[in-house]
Amino acid sequence: MSGPLLKDPQLAWLFCGVLVLLVLASVIGAALRRAAKSDSSRAAVQNLNARIRAWWIMCAIFALTLLVGRIGTLIFFGLLSFLALREYLTLVPTRRADHRTLLWSFFIITPFQYYLIAISWYGFFAILIPTFAFLFIPTRIALAGDPQHFLERAAKISFGLMVCSYCLSHAPALLMLSIPGFQTHAPRLLLYLVLVDQMSDVLQYVWGKLIGRHKIAPVISPNKTWEGFVGGVATATLLGAGIWWATPFTPLQSAELSLVIALVGFSGGLVMSAIKRDAGVKDYGGMIEGHGGILDRIDSLCFAAPVFFHLVRYLFVP
Amino acid sequence: MTRSVHPLAGAIAALGRFVSGVQVRWDGCQPQPRQRVYFANHTSHLDFVVLWSALPAGLRAVTRPVAAKDYWEKGLRAYLALRVFRAVLVARGAGARGDPEQTRAAGHAVIEILAEALGQTDSLIFFPEGTRGTGEEVAPFRSGLYHLARRRPDVQLVPAYLENLNRILPKGEVLPVPLVSSLTFGQPIHLAADETKTAFLARAREVVCRLRRGGLA
Repeated sequence: MSGPLLKDPQLAWLFCGVLVLLVLASVIGAALRRAAKSDSSRAAVQNLNARIRAWWIMCAIFALTLLVGRIGTLIFFGLLSFLALREYLTLVPTRRADHRTLLWSFFIITPFQYYLIAISWYGFFAILIPTFAFLFIPTRIALAGDPQHFLERAAKISFGLMVCSYCLSHAPALLMLSIPGFQTHAPRLLLYLVLVDQMSDVLQYVWGKLIGRHKIAPVISPNKTWEGFVGGVATATLLGAGIWWATPFTPLQSAELSLVIALVGFSGGLVMSAIKRDAGVKDYGGMIEGHGGILDRIDSLCFAAPVFFHLVRYLFVP
Repeated sequence: MTRSVHPLAGAIAALGRFVSGVQVRWDGCQPQPRQRVYFANHTSHLDFVVLWSALPAGLRAVTRPVAAKDYWEKGLRAYLALRVFRAVLVARGAGARGDPEQTRAAGHAVIEILAEALGQTDSLIFFPEGTRGTGEEVAPFRSGLYHLARRRPDVQLVPAYLENLNRILPKGEVLPVPLVSSLTFGQPIHLAADETKTAFLARAREVVCRLRRGGLA
């Protein structure tokens, strides 16, 4: 099933919706630029417009991978895992003796995880990292012979693999799911997850900028407010309910699943922020203008993907 | 001016930038087409590859890394070093052992090689520590930089700090782990008229150390 974007009209409609949102955002961004008077508001609008520009590029790349089909999608998410792991491990200190363990993580374990999706071997896909890599990593570090901060190093590398490779790989793993009457439409589930998750991020940011007052965890993430959280999660839930027609869910189920995606995504952003604060930096990198690093953009997706995957698998796959 | 840029040079530089994920910052000067010696801390065989890859193509074509002969003189490495990077290969630690007279002569010969490599148009990438460190401390500078500065006072000395390359490809490893690295160029320095060798080398080292960002974002 190559090129689902061309063969599936409802998937194309979803993408048209995304396109409309982007055009709308660009128009609003241009209007705000004209309206901005003070230096600080000008800087905020500049950052906003950089984000919108980056959104165009990210959406174009995502559309392209859906055009190529299953393999394109797997390569795309595999690359995302690779780059996210890179940003994470750059920030988290390891020692010289960990070099070979890191090579395994980047070049064997992560690609293998995606290979298992490519051959649809669900049973192995679900345990490769939590079982085998989890046991292998401390073993390999112990073999390297440096006991200093041993547990810390093993835990840090395992955590990185879990979040960046294992959890994220559940997004393209949606393509493995065979839901009765929905077999060829799995790419829509992936787009649904990414759309609701990312819109929840954007809407929390927008609501927070508009009416945000009370901070949730000022030390961990100074931009997260209760107003932004409630407003963003609620509107993302409504959005998810509104696109139920593209999914195998009823409107109510779609609202519930979107609510879960938004809530779990929020905790992803919070957790990954805590790691950044501990390392004393603002962003994971500078790859995406206005957004920071790859991991700054997909932290919520890393958390939401496995939960959404298993809910759908449990509830809809016989 | 004819100069043979290897047809693969651009691709290899792009690969170098991708593997090292290098984030480049020009803090005290801009990439300008003038004769310079870029001097940096040294923790990995990738150091000069990354610094070279990070330069704009025009400057890359006239900038030659100074590299260890024993590592770069064999097989594929030799091909890369001589044909692509146009490296100046010198014996490591020339002027460090043996009897003082011989040592001085060997050191002098190396400086002559470097001065000749600079010629009228080229720049150099130079690691004054002489050997790779662990990445935690910058070792005291050998005297090479001082002698080169005296021999060619017209050339700008640009300090640079490379971060995280010791994690990407540490001593004794063959395959690089693709982490993100950073490279910061600082304000150029010159040898002052009445400056002693010790004072100059200490100052040069201090300038490099101060470019350390600690944390990459």
